[in-house]
Amino acid sequence: MLTYIIKKFWILLLSLFLVATLTFFLMHAIPGDPFTQDKAIPEEIMAALKKHYGLDRPLWVQYLSYLKGIVTFDLGPSFKYEGRTVSEIIMQGFPISLELGAEAIFLAIGLGISLGTLAAFNHLRWQDQFVMFFAVLGVSLPSFIVATALQYVFSMKLELLPVARWGSFTHSILPAVSLSLLPAAFIARLTRSNMVEILQQDYILTARSKGLAPFRIAVVHVLRNALLPVISFLGPLAAAVLTGSFVVEKIFGIPGLGGWFVMSVVNRDYTVIMGTTLFYSACLMVCVLVVDILYCLIDPRIKLNERVAET
Amino acid sequence: MIKVKNLNVRFKNVHAVRGVDLEIQNGETVAIVGESGCGKSALAKSLVKLFPKKTAEFSGEVIYNGQNILTFSEKELRKIRGKEIGMIFQDPMTSLNPVLTIGFQITESYLRHFPEKSKKDAVKRTEELLELVGIPKDRIYHYPHTLSGGMRQRALIAIALAASPKLLIADEPTTALDVTLQAQILDLLKDLQKKLGMSILIITHDLSVVAGFADKVLVMYAGKIIESANVDDLFETPSHPYTQRLLRSKPRLDMPRSEPLLPIDGTPPDLSKQFAGCSFCPRCTESLEICKNETPPIFNINPGHTSACWLKK
Amino acid sequence: MNAWQRLKVNKTGMFGLYFLSLLMIMAIFGPLLSSHTYYETQLPLKNQTPSLQYWFGTDELGRDIFTRIWWGARISLLVGISASVLDLLIGVIYGAICGFFGGKIDELMMRVADILSTIPYLLVVILLMVVVGPGLLSIIIALSITGWIGMARIVRGQVLQLKEFDYVTAARALGANSSWILSKHLIPNTTPSIIVTLTLSIPTAIFAEAFLSFLGLGVQAPIASWGTMANDGLPALRYYPWRLFFPAAFISVTMLSFNLLGDALRDALDPRLRI
Repeated sequence: MLTYIIKKFWILLLSLFLVATLTFFLMHAIPGDPFTQDKAIPEEIMAALKKHYGLDRPLWVQYLSYLKGIVTFDLGPSFKYEGRTVSEIIMQGFPISLELGAEAIFLAIGLGISLGTLAAFNHLRWQDQFVMFFAVLGVSLPSFIVATALQYVFSMKLELLPVARWGSFTHSILPAVSLSLLPAAFIARLTRSNMVEILQQDYILTARSKGLAPFRIAVVHVLRNALLPVISFLGPLAAAVLTGSFVVEKIFGIPGLGGWFVMSVVNRDYTVIMGTTLFYSACLMVCVLVVDILYCLIDPRIKLNERVAET
Repeated sequence: MIKVKNLNVRFKNVHAVRGVDLEIQNGETVAIVGESGCGKSALAKSLVKLFPKKTAEFSGEVIYNGQNILTFSEKELRKIRGKEIGMIFQDPMTSLNPVLTIGFQITESYLRHFPEKSKKDAVKRTEELLELVGIPKDRIYHYPHTLSGGMRQRALIAIALAASPKLLIADEPTTALDVTLQAQILDLLKDLQKKLGMSILIITHDLSVVAGFADKVLVMYAGKIIESANVDDLFETPSHPYTQRLLRSKPRLDMPRSEPLLPIDGTPPDLSKQFAGCSFCPRCTESLEICKNETPPIFNINPGHTSACWLKK
Repeated sequence: MNAWQRLKVNKTGMFGLYFLSLLMIMAIFGPLLSSHTYYETQLPLKNQTPSLQYWFGTDELGRDIFTRIWWGARISLLVGISASVLDLLIGVIYGAICGFFGGKIDELMMRVADILSTIPYLLVVILLMVVVGPGLLSIIIALSITGWIGMARIVRGQVLQLKEFDYVTAARALGANSSWILSKHLIPNTTPSIIVTLTLSIPTAIFAEAFLSFLGLGVQAPIASWGTMANDGLPALRYYPWRLFFPAAFISVTMLSFNLLGDALRDALDPRLRI
């Protein structure tokens, strides 16, 4: 078990290293420099600025210092916001995005599994059709459209919920719902097809021949098997919620990390872009690793070492 | 102790069981033999109506303990399944839930029917059962994938017996196992029957399984029982042409090697159609004119030996 | 029943097909139907509700939304289809090589693909857009560079499966060499999966373009893409909702149609996969 985790951990580090390198060279491949955006700056000031930010050093020196910075959590200063460092920005925005993301994930899982189960147990009847249609909608309607539609209907017209900003629980309802619809649709589809397959398995027949009640069969026998693939979906789920947050935070004016990322992209604030990208990648990779481990713990069939099955 | 009268089972447009009568006495072993698609599995499952809701239509009676359980509600039937009538199925590799331990799957059945018992009692019972079927006790906390095919089938037997049913229905229990395991499982079942005094209904397509195991044999063809006899009578003096051909088609140790095998021409009939006359007639080499138009009733050939054939031998 | 008949029975899939056909026709001929162009600004006529003169209304610079929608359709369809086709080419080649040669090559290449896929797709696209700069070509290139992994995995899976089948062994026994087997046996059998995956990856590309444009990274004014139109329409949502409504509706229904069509194709081409 331990060797497995360590192996995966090394892969994670390798991937992060690749991402860091890639983003570094990408940012430095952009023509021009961070300062020539607004107005023409005199030569001496430009040189002084470059020296201040260390941009006059040879590329590979900058690269190494960048890598060193990552290890010490020093991701550099923001070029657009005087006096703020990238780490500060991340620490400020991340908790907000985390809260929003967690709400969305809970919603997605709850909604997705319930609907998927409903559909599977009523295979090919109207409940199934309805759930399948909802699932296709969820997958096709882009999150920013759902978000704006919800905002329009519930905030502007019906005035039931706040339009934007962050603060209380009610502020998080619409954004969380918008974020959760796409993953919920995926989970519903996945749950449904797994369950339908499982319901046709022989061991369900065995369970029924024991005289067990349908509810017990559903929960103890079906669900446990059906949920395994859903758990392994949690990794991509986290990624979807993450990218969805860029747009949802923009629409609802939420000061989370996604909003910062978008602004830094629009402003060409390179250090912030690199820093947040790296941070996001790290988060996602950790998520995937956790999910992998979880999956191994839950499914008794997975062998974590090389031992041959006993007979 | 269980009597089936004129059982008919239909699925959508397939008439799988066509007016079957059978009787199983206490402690008796009855075998139902037939080719794939003759309706025998459907017959087995029908005794406890083990089909998904609304997929099958039933008519006739299944009388157990003086009541027609075919009219029972699903809730009442669940009390019978596992407790009065236990079942084991064909494929041990897929009949066990892979994410639950063997012990759990056995205690589950026990506790469902005896909810007043404690967990300790259940574990004790499970250990007894494992010993009974020949599985080492330490396997109680193991998962199915750590067990071989033969062991899994034994585990399934333990599960079926957990609540001490009076009748065990075994649907092709040895078909998925190799020959040596077959013998082991059959011996085990015979042994358990003696110890526990239960009746066994075994469904199989293999006549060799039946000899030396069953007391009474029913031969099924196209949804009907076409011959029924004691096992010795059936093997020595088979009456129905189908049974005769079935016995002749199997190679025997005492046959000279040069003698060719004798298969039955043609294929089993499609159960979504109705037949005029005897359903075996198209493949029968001894058919009479009457066979084509009139369905033969069940004739008594000898005491305890019936055959549904106009030839009446 | 052959595949085409099975497809026709699937009502939602056919809806998708009809809508997309209609969309393509309108994308070509739509701008000709109205008397306005997509870039002509008429400031006094800005933010008009839909009327007889301006069927979908006007935007904040007085441009005709109706015409711009069809130009947007051209962009979305162009980006969606070309990015997907490029992904297809890259993915099929990559996947076929992996699956066919197996062994170390397969392991190495798939490992690379796995590492690449842990980085969120849209994140990489955004980064590329920042580097390459906005514009239609950049979007298409950025999307193709990142989106091929799914296709590669599917093709590889199919090839691995098919390699085991007896008719490949039979072909080899008859003396067929690798490229013959590849082109005559493996590729025709993987085609259904490829078609379905292609159809289903187009909405992802369309979404990505709309997403980018919505964030301000897409095509530049005055070119109309549905994403930029939605972005422009957002601040005016309260008072002039149609400016967001039309592009949003078109993005949604187009993506929906591709998804429905893709699902229907999957059912029609390989009924065994159907649940």
